[in-house]
Parts: sequence; structure tokens; C-alpha cells
Amino acid sequence: MPAATLSAAHPAPLPPAAKRPAGSRKSWAFLIDSAVFLFVFAMIFGIYAIGRTWLGPAHPQAHISQNPRDLPLYAFYSLVRMVIAYAISLLFALAFGYAAASSRRAEMIMIPLLDILQSIPVLSFLPGVMLAMVAVFPHSQLGIEFGSILLIFTGQAWNIAFSFYSSLKTIPRDLREAAIIYRFSRWQRFVELDLPFSTIGLVWNSMVSVAGGWFFLMACEMFVLGKRDFRLPGLGSFLQTAASHGDTRAILWGVAAMIALVVLLDQFVWRPIILWADKFKFEQVESSSTPHPTLLHLIGRTSVLVRLYRRLFRPVVNRLTLLFTVSARRAAKTFAAPKQHRLRQRMAYLLLAGILVGLGFTVFHAIRELSDLHREDYVELFRSAALTFLRVNSALLLSALWTVPVGVAIGFSPRLARMAQPFVQMAAAVPATALFPIILLFFLRFRGGMEFAAMLLMLLGTQWYILFNVIAGAMAIPSDLKEAAQIFHFASWDRWRFLILPGIFPYLVTGLVTASGGAWNASIIAEYFHFQGRTVSVPGLGSTISSASDAGRFDMLLASTLIMATIVVLINRLVWRRLYRLASSRFKLET
Amino acid sequence: MSTADTARTVPIIEARKLEKFYQHPEGGRIQVIAPIDLAVFPGQILALLGPSGCGKSTLMRMLTGLSPASGGTIYWHGHPVDGKFPNVAIVFQSFALFPWLTVIENVEAPLEARGIAPIERHKRALRILDAVGLDGFESAYPKELSGGMKQRVGVARALVVEPEVLFMDEPFSALDVLTAETLRGELLELWLEHKVPTRAIFIVTHNIEEAVVLADRIIVLGRNPAHIHADFPVTLPQPRDRKSPQFVELVDSIYRVLTQPHHKDDLAPARTQAPGAAPKPKPVMLPHTRPGGLAGLLEILVDRGGRVDLHRLAEDLSLDLESLLPTIDTAAILGFVRAEEGDAIITPEGHEFAQADIQARKAIFRKAALANIPLLRQMEQALRAKSNRTLSEEFFRDLLEEHFSEEESRRQLETAIQWGRYAEIFEYDAGSGKLTLTES
Repeated sequence: MPAATLSAAHPAPLPPAAKRPAGSRKSWAFLIDSAVFLFVFAMIFGIYAIGRTWLGPAHPQAHISQNPRDLPLYAFYSLVRMVIAYAISLLFALAFGYAAASSRRAEMIMIPLLDILQSIPVLSFLPGVMLAMVAVFPHSQLGIEFGSILLIFTGQAWNIAFSFYSSLKTIPRDLREAAIIYRFSRWQRFVELDLPFSTIGLVWNSMVSVAGGWFFLMACEMFVLGKRDFRLPGLGSFLQTAASHGDTRAILWGVAAMIALVVLLDQFVWRPIILWADKFKFEQVESSSTPHPTLLHLIGRTSVLVRLYRRLFRPVVNRLTLLFTVSARRAAKTFAAPKQHRLRQRMAYLLLAGILVGLGFTVFHAIRELSDLHREDYVELFRSAALTFLRVNSALLLSALWTVPVGVAIGFSPRLARMAQPFVQMAAAVPATALFPIILLFFLRFRGGMEFAAMLLMLLGTQWYILFNVIAGAMAIPSDLKEAAQIFHFASWDRWRFLILPGIFPYLVTGLVTASGGAWNASIIAEYFHFQGRTVSVPGLGSTISSASDAGRFDMLLASTLIMATIVVLINRLVWRRLYRLASSRFKLET
Repeated sequence: MSTADTARTVPIIEARKLEKFYQHPEGGRIQVIAPIDLAVFPGQILALLGPSGCGKSTLMRMLTGLSPASGGTIYWHGHPVDGKFPNVAIVFQSFALFPWLTVIENVEAPLEARGIAPIERHKRALRILDAVGLDGFESAYPKELSGGMKQRVGVARALVVEPEVLFMDEPFSALDVLTAETLRGELLELWLEHKVPTRAIFIVTHNIEEAVVLADRIIVLGRNPAHIHADFPVTLPQPRDRKSPQFVELVDSIYRVLTQPHHKDDLAPARTQAPGAAPKPKPVMLPHTRPGGLAGLLEILVDRGGRVDLHRLAEDLSLDLESLLPTIDTAAILGFVRAEEGDAIITPEGHEFAQADIQARKAIFRKAALANIPLLRQMEQALRAKSNRTLSEEFFRDLLEEHFSEEESRRQLETAIQWGRYAEIFEYDAGSGKLTLTES
């Protein structure tokens, strides 16, 4: 999201020598180096700790402590899962996006597939992933850990992949041609054109994905699958256990730890990365507004990650580029248009055939599973789908009702933006699920409280997407239009009708699309929760999925997942995509 | 080097019967570039001149191997190339620099691609940056530079690979007038003093004066489909004086060639039009203009006594070909102006139009448009034939795609809609893409 304008602007185009001053950073360098040393030491210890547990015998039902003293270790476990899951997601996204963007035929299948995968909630992947992993590593904790990591992965990978794909598709033709005419090897093109061009999209989507990961952490660290009960030590399971025991003190500790971890990550990892990613902005002239540097403005550029990139990653990439180039050069003295290799074509056909057979097999079994369901089951399913539909859209409506005026107010006033920004960003960074037990503590005292709590969780989980987009939209309205509205003395309602609403419309739609998908996925937690030794739930598609997963009812899980995916995809196609088109044709602010 | 010399030398690049067409899904083909013979000789700067959208860039992309040709052969030093293109470099109109790389990294990238060791490529990059006057800017990022500086980086990046032929795709048209002039001078200096080992320069441009200042040979391209319209040798000695009579005369004669009604197939030189390759008769291709500028042009014509030299006019209005020619074309198609010997002459209809008020102008425009533009007439008749007087734009686009490429059809329809709206022939709703006949 574009930050308020006030940021202590970018350093003006100084002579190159001034870009990376050496003297003033000297005193910092010592501190940073010691920090790096400590960090490495901690890493080694961490790897040892992780290795010992993971390679040890399987403990599917680890005892989850309620002692706050165990929280640092639990936080560490969760963080490691998160990091690994994210790393896999990123690799997957890069491979998937690259493949989809480079083959027209693959693209036709892969992109709709992403749409569908994105609409499937985490829990629906649970049985498949867990059973497979436990089967692969039957006696080791590794299987269970890996299952949990893959679950987190299923909530993170898709939007990153989509972002990479669409970035690749929008690389300007001239840059592509420059890469061809100057004979970049595939690898060089990837690291010097494809990847840099996609960086900003990748960073923002990674943030969204990781936030989603924290949101579903509870579901990914502790779950029931039929008769089997899986518990992995971590922050999510700590919170979940505290919630099911109704241990208020432990809940508060857990929430505090989660918030602390997320905020720390935000400040020490994401902020510096965003600052660094700014140089990948594809623009011809230097823009005046840059992402707002918070606490770490000073060491942002030299933060551990960026240093690591400069010292370690860059030389390795350079080496690789040279290596690939030389071998490519050896193969062909002059550059040639890529030829279709017969072998590769055959491999592709083989792969396609394999996928088709697998697909046929799956469909066959899925149909058999589905045929076990009775008519009443389907009636029930559609009823719950309707209920969740109402809930999701009420949450969206409520979100829009408060975020539009607030976002516009913030976007129009630099002063307000400056004050609100740190607060809003922190609030958005906190995973709403962590707060859910506290919300429940309060709401369950009332009749029908769960209904409110469910909606509130959806709201908390998704309103930020809308808010940030509305702020960005309000800021993008040119000031001459605002002045015109002033000159003609528009009444307040006319100002909204003719200026503000059309102005923010494209942004609002973008926010709503993300929020809508998020809210559907959030329903699996919002509608069904283990709390104070019992299960609190409201009827809905999310709770059907959760309870089916709990009870090990695969037929029900399959049917409800199918329905949810269909609804989400249909809404995307029929509603959002049309609004999107309208937004980009009629409501685009062109200069 | 005179043309007599070049006739005896072997060309570096030679294209024979090079053409480009798209196969229409329902049979037939859309010819974008008619079979063209073209040669680039060593020691020459060759300028490819033509109005926008005529296929200059496509031709250049075929010669560099960026875009496959549909037919014909390209020879490099007399040997046919098939898919494998030797040492070429392109300077792009939009600079096409990688914004995340510093100046020197941008220049080093092509060397990196050739597997040259880091120290060596750094040395070479520094040398060439020095030559184009960028020393001191090595570690700046492109976005910190002005347009002229950026294009210097573009030139340095192209020259660092020591290309035998340097291709330039409208390299100075994104720059302001003064900067462009400076860069042209610098380019000539590099070239004339043999500071770079490049043996030929191929420059695509729509600026006639630029071509005459730089080139040893100017090829004028006609459009629809693209074909070689004229081939001028330039023998003026460097440095060239823009005010000299020879210079002015050459510019004038190129103007004359360009303003001939060359976009009609029957008038295209038979030399470049291979028998049988000519597609079925096309509708008149509309220049991509809005009718707004038309009145201004005609008023100026009336002010100057009804006849004006186009070169002079362009100079007085400081417009280049790109902006002036389409408007002249528009006026000519509508029958408001006749182009003759590089002059524009106003017709009685044009006179009437220039003198009328806004409402009367629309009526005159409408009459002229329906009389002279088959597409608009066709659209009007089709709309009238429907009982609700409404058709979707897709209908017309499909019709156009029988004659033009997809991209060109879109632009043709866009232009036709602009004109039809101005003439109050129909109304157009951008949201639904529907055209409705205006009932008078």
C-alpha cells in the first residue's frame, strides 16, 4: 500500500559516491556484526533443537504446555514451520508462475487451476496431506511436522504464484526484446529481468500469504482427523489448547506472544524488505513517495537480510550466470530462436497423460465417495452454503461501511494518515484468529453470541484489505478534481457520488475481491471452534468442513469443499471479474 | 561513401522478398509487409522513414531476428541466416533499460551474457561509458537520469557488444528537441571519427529532418501493406547545414513523396509489389486521428491563401511528420484538401468547412464522411437496417478483421467511432460497446 506522502523522502539523486556512505555506518557496523554473530549462534542451536525433535520418534499428540515459559520455544517452532512453508511456497510459486507464463497451452489449464486451489480452505487439504505424510514417514516426527508445513503451504502458495505469473505477463515488450537481442541466457533473463520485475508483487503477496499463514496457524498445528488427534508444539496449538481449556491467563499470554512475534517480524523483516524492494519499482522517473520507513529507517538498508543478500546471494547469482552463459555459449555460437525439442515435447505429452490418468482415477473415487451421501445431506449442505454466503457478505458489507469513510478520511488528510498509519499497520498485522478466543470469552455470554463472534472474526480477518485499498484509492484522486468539487460547491452527497466513490471504485473492488475470498476461507475457523472444553459452532459451510474433518467424514468433507470452491469461483467470475472490468474501463483515472 | 561505391561492395545484410502477413482464420491473409528487397551496406547510415503504423518497426524486428518473417530470406555477408542472427544491437525508443540495475550493470549485462569475465567486462563498460560521456554516472540508477542520459546508456549498452550493424528504433523521439539534437550530434561524432567499430547504422525514424541530417541513404516506406516507396541517396557532406538549399530541397522532395496518396494499393510502385501477392481490394485505411485538429489545419490553410508548402508548415508549427501527416491525410480522404507536389491545397468543401460555425461544420463533415469513407457509410447502412438501430462494435470489428490485423482492426474501429460520433452519424456507449444510429 502506498504510504502517506510525508516520508522523509528518498535521498535526492546525489553523486553516486554519496549513495552508500561508508563513514557514518562504521559505528553501526560493529553492532550489526555482533548481532549477526549472535543470530548465527542462535540459528545453530535452533537447527540442533529442531533436528532432535523432528528426527525423533513420532509424537502425534505431544503434550501442549500451558506454561508461558514454554512460549519462546513454541514461538520458535511455529516460526520455523512458517519459514519452511513460505520457502516452499515461494519456490513453488516461481516454478508454477514461470511455467504458466512460458507456455500458452499450460497457461490455459494452470491459471483456472490456481483460481480453484485458492478457493479451497486449508482444512480441506488436511486429510490428504496428513495421511500421505504419515504414510511416507510412519515412525518419525518428520512426517507430522511436514504435514503441518504442507498445510500452511496450501494457504500461502497460490496468490504468490498468481502474482508472479501476472508480473511475467506484463513485462514490457522492449525489455523482453532487449534481453533477446543481447542474448541473455534463460538464467540471466530470469535473475536480471523476470525476477526483479516481479519483486514488488512478490513481496506484497508474500506479506499477505504469511499473514494468512498466521491466521490459520491454529488449524495447522492442532487438528483431529477421525480418531487420530494431532498436536504439534507451537504457538497455534498453545492458543488452541488454552482456548479449549478456557484458561484465560494462558490465552492472554499466547495472544501477547503471537502479537509480539508478528510485530517483530513486521518491523525487522518486512519493513526492510519493502524498503529494499523499492528499487525494483518499474518507473522512468523517481517518485516522491516511498514506503514509510518506520523505526528502522537507519539500518533498513543494512539490515541482516539485505546484507545477506548482498554478500551471499549476489555473488552466487553472478557465478551461476557466468556458468550458465558459458555452457550455453559452448552449445551455440550464435543466438537462435528457441527450437521445439522433440524429447521435451514427448515428455510433456507423457506428463499430460499421467495427469489425465491421475485425474480420472481421482474423479472416479470422488464420485464414489459423493454417492454415499444422501439427499438430506445435500439439502443440509446447500442450506449451510446459503448461511455462510449471508455471513460472508454481511461481513463484507459491514467492513465496507466502516472502512470506506475512515479510509477516505485518512487518504484525504496527510496529517491523519501520519497518525493512523503505524497503528493501522500493527492492527492489521495481528492475526485475527489469535484474538478469537478473547472475542469468544466475551460473546459467548450472550445468546446467539457465536453468530456475532463468527461474523466479527471474518470482519477482523478481511477488513484490512478493504481499508488499505480505500486509503490508496483516496490518495490517488487527483487534487484538481477535489478542487473542482470545491469550486462548484458540491454538497456532501454529490461529492461522494461524483468524486469519491467513482474515484475509489477500482481500489474498493480490488480490496473486496481479496476480502471475499479470505472471508470464505476464514469460515472454517469462524463457524467452528473448540472452546472451554466444548465445540462452539454455527451452521454453515465452514463448520461443515471443520466438523467433517474432525469426524473423519471424507464424503462430507469432499462435498462441502467442492461446493465452497464452486461458489467462490463462480462469485469471482460472475461478480468480481465484471466489476473489475468496469473498474478498469469506466472508472480508471487517466491523465 | 557514394552509391556508386556501395553498388560494388557486398552488403552486410540483405533481405530478399522479405514479407510479413497473418493468416486469416477464415482463409486469406492479411499482408502487413509486402515482399521487400533491402540491403545494408558497410560504411552507411541507412534511415527507414515512414508514417506511424506503416510497419517500420516490424521490418526492423524481422531484420534483427526478433520477429520471424513470413516469407523471404535474409542474407548476412551473402549467406542466408535461418534463425541464427549474428552480432546486432538495438537502441530502443523507450530506452528499455533495466531500472533495477545501475548504469554500469546495464551496460555490462550484454557482456555478461557473452560469458566475459567480470574484470574485463567492467573495463569495457567503463571505456564505452566514457565515450558516450557518462563517466561519473556508473553507479547511478536509470531513474535518477534525465531522458538524454538514459538514451546515452542505451547507446552505450548497444555499442559495448561492438555490433557490426547498430539498429536504432526511433532513438530520439522520446526526447525533447534540444536533447535529441545534442544526441544526434554525438552519434555522428562517434560514427564519423570511427570511435566505434560499428560498420553500419540502421535507424528507424518518422522525422524527415533527422533522417536527412544523419543518413547516407533514406528509404521511404509506404503503408498498407508496407512497401518501399522511394529510395533517396544523400550525398551532402557532413556536417550538414539545415539552412543550405540542397538540404531544404531534399527535405521538400521527401515531403512530396510522403504526401502522395501512397496508401492505396493501385498507386503503390509495382517494383515492390510481387504479382499475385496483392490482397483483395481493401477499404480506405483511416489515419489514426481525431477530427479535432482538422478545423485548425483548414483555418491555417485559408489564412495562407489556400495553398501551403507542407515542409514550411511543419517547421512553422514545429510539428514533425508524425503529428502533421495524419491530419493532412484525414483532410485529403474527406476531400477537404488536395496534396500536390508537397503542397496542400484547400478544396471548396474544405473552404466551406473552415468558414462554418460548429454546428454547420458537423453537417459538412457528416456529408463528406458518408460520401468518402466506405467504412462509415457501411456502418450507417448496417445500423439503419436494424429495427432497433443498434449494433455491437464486435460486429464491425469482425468485418474489419477480414482486411486488417487484429490490432489494426481495433484501431481502425476506434478511429471510425471517433469520426462517426463527431459527424453525429451514431452514438456509442463505451460501457456496453453498442453503437446506435443518431436519428435526425
